[in-house]
Amino acid sequence: MNLPEDLRYTKEHEWIKKESDNKVRIGITDFAQDELGDIVFVELPEEGDTVEADDSFGSVESVKTVSELYAPVKGTIVEINEELEDSPELVNESPYEQAWMIVVELEDASEWDNLLTAEEYKAIIEED
Amino acid sequence: MAKNEFPLIFERSKKERTSYSLPDLDVPDIDLDAEFETPYVRKTAPELPEVSELEIMRHYTGLSNRNYGVDSGFYPLGSCTMKYNPKINEDVARLPGFTHIHPYQDPKTVQGALEMMYDLQTSLKEITGMHEVSLQSAAGAQGEWAALMMIRAFHEANGEHHRTKVIVPDSAHGTNPASAAVAGFDAITVKSNEDGLVDIEDLKRVVDENTAALMLTNPNTLGLFEKEIMEMAEIVHGVGGKLYYDGANLNAIMGYTRPGDMGFDAVHLNLHKTFTGPHGGGGPGSGPIGVSEELAPFLPKPLIVKENDEYKLEHDRPQSIGRIKAYYGNFGINLRAYTYIRTMGAEGLKKVSEYAVLNANYMMRRLEQIYDLPYKQHCMHEFVLSGKKQKKLGVRTLDIAKRLLDFNYHPPTIYFPLIVEEGMMIEPTETESKETLDGFIDAMINIAKEAEEDPEIVQEAPHHTIVKRMDETTAARKPILRYTREDNS
Ligand SMILES: Cc1ncc(COP(=O)(O)O)c(C=O)c1O
Repeated sequence: MNLPEDLRYTKEHEWIKKESDNKVRIGITDFAQDELGDIVFVELPEEGDTVEADDSFGSVESVKTVSELYAPVKGTIVEINEELEDSPELVNESPYEQAWMIVVELEDASEWDNLLTAEEYKAIIEED
Repeated sequence: MAKNEFPLIFERSKKERTSYSLPDLDVPDIDLDAEFETPYVRKTAPELPEVSELEIMRHYTGLSNRNYGVDSGFYPLGSCTMKYNPKINEDVARLPGFTHIHPYQDPKTVQGALEMMYDLQTSLKEITGMHEVSLQSAAGAQGEWAALMMIRAFHEANGEHHRTKVIVPDSAHGTNPASAAVAGFDAITVKSNEDGLVDIEDLKRVVDENTAALMLTNPNTLGLFEKEIMEMAEIVHGVGGKLYYDGANLNAIMGYTRPGDMGFDAVHLNLHKTFTGPHGGGGPGSGPIGVSEELAPFLPKPLIVKENDEYKLEHDRPQSIGRIKAYYGNFGINLRAYTYIRTMGAEGLKKVSEYAVLNANYMMRRLEQIYDLPYKQHCMHEFVLSGKKQKKLGVRTLDIAKRLLDFNYHPPTIYFPLIVEEGMMIEPTETESKETLDGFIDAMINIAKEAEEDPEIVQEAPHHTIVKRMDETTAARKPILRYTREDNS
């Protein structure tokens, strides 16, 4: 299972990458895309929307199910990946690079420290 | 033509071939363009298929031979209650007194039809323990929506506009949160605990004075009875919320317990499931709603009432949420449900639930020896297995479902409820014999063995069907939603 060390994770299977002190990039993990199977649709919020931690910010639909996307942090959405609208398969092909989903400007930069490390996330997925 | 090719009726079309001969025109021919000043007169003929009567018969008979229904084999599609549809229902539905009437007729001239519906309402009140029933909603989902609109109207009538939250378990059928959203509520999830039941602590956490209702399926979608229902009712009623019963799983409890007695304020039933309306083709359905006395004024109108031995459609219901369906529900399906209830009688319906539960438990106990069973307690009318063990061998639940087609079974519901990994939801229903259940169990055991010894045969299934594995991914990513015709003349 591919789990880059420089990223942080959530138990809802999102990854979070630090872009600058108060900006993070968010997507779903390799494990998540493998569990979901072929992704056929990604629903994302609008730029400028605000999100609360643990709230749903969109959903991913695969052939077998629809799954909510949960915001790992609180803040404002400053960028979304529009390419996913036409190319949902990127989530399967390149979960950590091309299939990033949103960039969030954090309200509280210290939220980063509450996220799971690669090792902690690995322990969670191996438990199941 | 290759065995697996089956042309569309449009592809069988040949110019000017017909199945009818009309008499000569005996009225003057008119020129539409001259007669009507409108740009909407068609300039080209509609592209209808041109085929002979024999070709029509072969086409549709051929298609029907390719169909798989409960009349052709076992259909354990969980949550859908694909029980046998007794043929006496069809006899009754074809009685001329029912087929030769029209909903626009004066009610005085269709008293028999109204009486049937009134008696059906009465039976459903008895079966659910509710105060009043409306037969208007055309399916379960519409019943959910209508009842939530009533709950909303009730809270608003009390000036409680702040009640915007509808609570839905994470195991719920997707129509529950969808109905809540369409009725203008926010759907809030309550978690399930380790036993697959609503987590009471989490329920206490999410319920508050803004709660409009809790929607609950009991037994729930895992086929498990929510034992703490009385405590849950107390928690929700305690803050002034209402309790909604999704009756899609009523087949498990008829004659044993009633939503009304469990404290529910509103319910919907799926007559096309529990009460044998045929629904393999996707409908039509019927999803009557039953409500408590307090909610009754808000029921859709008109309602069928009886006054001095006369049946009437009551329109004067000022607090009603209004009409929700043309005429009065799906009459033909309601008639079949009525016939079923009268055929079975009270004791018979109780036996239905007894056998439905017995069949499910028998299958579950045999299959848990091979497949992972995440929730181990006795089940009600259905149960959910996990394909976790087979997944480790590279065989997914989807593959197992496809392989079952080779054994000539309809697969169970898969990947639902969402809280079970690689879920397979099996609902045998009460009408199946032990031999049939054993046959299916043997096929499942066989497939588990194949997953170990020869996984490819499962991964590439089905092998014996007319159409092989479909490319579901491309169908979903790049759907072709419109047929474009090639010139066939
Ligand atoms: C638990 C549950 N609730 C609601 C529904 C919705 O009913 P319908 O399909 O008649 O709209 C279903 C249908 O599958 C169901 O299984």
